[in-house]
Amino acid sequence: MDFDTIIQVLDSTVRLATPLLLACLAGLYSERSGIFDIGLEGKMLAAAFFSAALAAITGSVWLGLLAGIAASLTLSLLHGLASITFRGNQLISGVAINFLAAGMTVLIAQDWFQQGGRTPALIGAGRFTPVELPLAQTLSGVPVLGPVYAELISGHSILVYVAFLAVPATWWLLFRTRFGLRLRAVGENPAAVDTAGVSVIGLRYAAVMICGVLCGIAGAYLATALQAGFVKDMTAGRGFIALAALIFAKWRPWQAMWACLLFGLLQAIALRYQNIDLGGISIPVQAMDALPYILTVVILAGFVGKAIPPRAGGEPYVKER
Amino acid sequence: MDKMPKWADVVLIPLISLLLATILSALVILGIGEDPIAAVKIMFDGALGSTYGWGYTLYYATNFMFTGLAVAVAFHARLFNIGGEGQAMLGGLGVAMACLYVPWPHWSIALLAAGVAAMLFGAAWAAIPAYLQARRGSHIVITTIMFNFIAAALLNYMLVNVMRPEGSMDPATERFPAAVHLPTLHELLAPLGIGFSKSAPANVSLLVAIAACVLVWALIWRTRLGYEIRAYGHSETGARYAGISPFRITMIAMLISGALAGLMAINNVMGEAERLVLNSTEGAGFIGIAVALMGRSHPFGVFLAALLFGFLFQGGAELALWSNIPRELIVVIQALVILFTGALDNMVRMPLERLFLALGNRRRDMGEGAPLPERKPTQPTE
Repeated sequence: MDFDTIIQVLDSTVRLATPLLLACLAGLYSERSGIFDIGLEGKMLAAAFFSAALAAITGSVWLGLLAGIAASLTLSLLHGLASITFRGNQLISGVAINFLAAGMTVLIAQDWFQQGGRTPALIGAGRFTPVELPLAQTLSGVPVLGPVYAELISGHSILVYVAFLAVPATWWLLFRTRFGLRLRAVGENPAAVDTAGVSVIGLRYAAVMICGVLCGIAGAYLATALQAGFVKDMTAGRGFIALAALIFAKWRPWQAMWACLLFGLLQAIALRYQNIDLGGISIPVQAMDALPYILTVVILAGFVGKAIPPRAGGEPYVKER
Repeated sequence: MDKMPKWADVVLIPLISLLLATILSALVILGIGEDPIAAVKIMFDGALGSTYGWGYTLYYATNFMFTGLAVAVAFHARLFNIGGEGQAMLGGLGVAMACLYVPWPHWSIALLAAGVAAMLFGAAWAAIPAYLQARRGSHIVITTIMFNFIAAALLNYMLVNVMRPEGSMDPATERFPAAVHLPTLHELLAPLGIGFSKSAPANVSLLVAIAACVLVWALIWRTRLGYEIRAYGHSETGARYAGISPFRITMIAMLISGALAGLMAINNVMGEAERLVLNSTEGAGFIGIAVALMGRSHPFGVFLAALLFGFLFQGGAELALWSNIPRELIVVIQALVILFTGALDNMVRMPLERLFLALGNRRRDMGEGAPLPERKPTQPTE
């Protein structure tokens, strides 16, 4: 494997890790506030469709992005309504949201475009184009660092940079602001937050809405930057890999980035090589597909450091009477 | 304490939830510019208008009975087994191995052996998440989701690299021998003089599924183990105090759940396809969640809900054939049923409880002649 190949694989890793990272951070906000969210997949899928659909109709990718975020927010609101207001089962609500998105996107796509549940291919301003960072061309001649800067760091769509900037932003918001402290507290001990006079319901809705925005960006990235248009079930389990990454990272933002990059790398390798030969032993591509899930189960099992979720996660808050 | 009569909890709430889901589905159909009445008519004709339609409806219902029971048994122990899909895939693997590698003399023995293999494989796939939940405290919902994906990768590997016959491009096993062919309803009913469509896939597994409903009912409500499972589901601390081992109940409930999900494979793999193909489960494992929620985790409720979803599945397929409504409409209906009967249960329940409370108060007021002091007149609903 030569240097160029490594750069290409890593470049593809960054592209594939971006939707995982956005969805993973989305889940981070929600779960840190005590609302389990297994509906990340559905929100991304809905956002992917509506962003591609609006981008295809209006020709503007930015309107598409807004539509994607709006769609994801709508589902987030539904999740909030079910799990916060009506104190329903958060997991069942997440399952329902995944199916709702899987069904509705195809139904609406068929009604709007009549192309068997897909949107037309996006062209021109309907897609996010690569952003050339300053001096990328000039520096590409420099050995080693030049190609790394020009190929790996420069030349991604704007949403990739948004995703990676969201990591320090999330860290700062959660661990350096009053809002963050309260948000983490409400996921651990909502009764204490309530006693302090802060609204548990308000905080949880805020977290779920932030989750909706990030999932919306993740879905829009899938349909308008990574690929050119929406196809049925295009999230292909990414929402669950993001969930796996979140557990792998033990609900912390920086570690979430590394987990997503690792899972992105696995996807990039699986995409590029079918079967990998390691001195006579051939690793089938299916093993690469299953690896993120196996790693997560191992982490969950507590064999390699224990993953402890926020304590109040999954339980609706009932004020004492 | 009793805010509502039992019949309201068991019958009224699911019916109202179903009604809400139906109204929203009708609005969705209107929204995509189709006629809901015509759609319902196509669904009824396609699913129940002929023995062919009935054959498919009952075939799908058989799948959903198994997966619905699987989810329901776990629900009784307050475990959410979302891994029915993966367990059913593994069950398929067990059935395929039993049917392909052993020469069976008669279908009845083969059914027995394949059923045992399917249950073992399904239970084994549920055993690891169950153990991790019981001993290591890993959340069973997350682990069973992960195991669904691992099962899909494993099945993909087995079909592409191991079990695919030489020279075939299709990722599927070869056809099972003729000796393990399960009698279809056509063959079962013909001796009784009842004509049934020859090409419909409903088969003897339907009887196994109905038997499973009865057995699960007996297990949950008529045995000591079932009592322990329910006790554990109601209150873990209470059960622990009564000497019930949480580890044992978690393991047993999940093993039964996995075995039931795996047993579905005798219907879809052995009864219908007669070979193992990729995606043979067609999402039935997930529909089991909707079926169990709708059926209130009671085997008879599961039976009825499975029939309803069998009708929806077959009707939806006909709808995709005869109208411009894609098959995904069924996924939307399924989502709405899960949403209303599961997640938004309280939205239906709270106003209803208030209504019954008000009605109860009024009846007592009239019966006692003089109302109790300081009681204010209650409003029926908000």
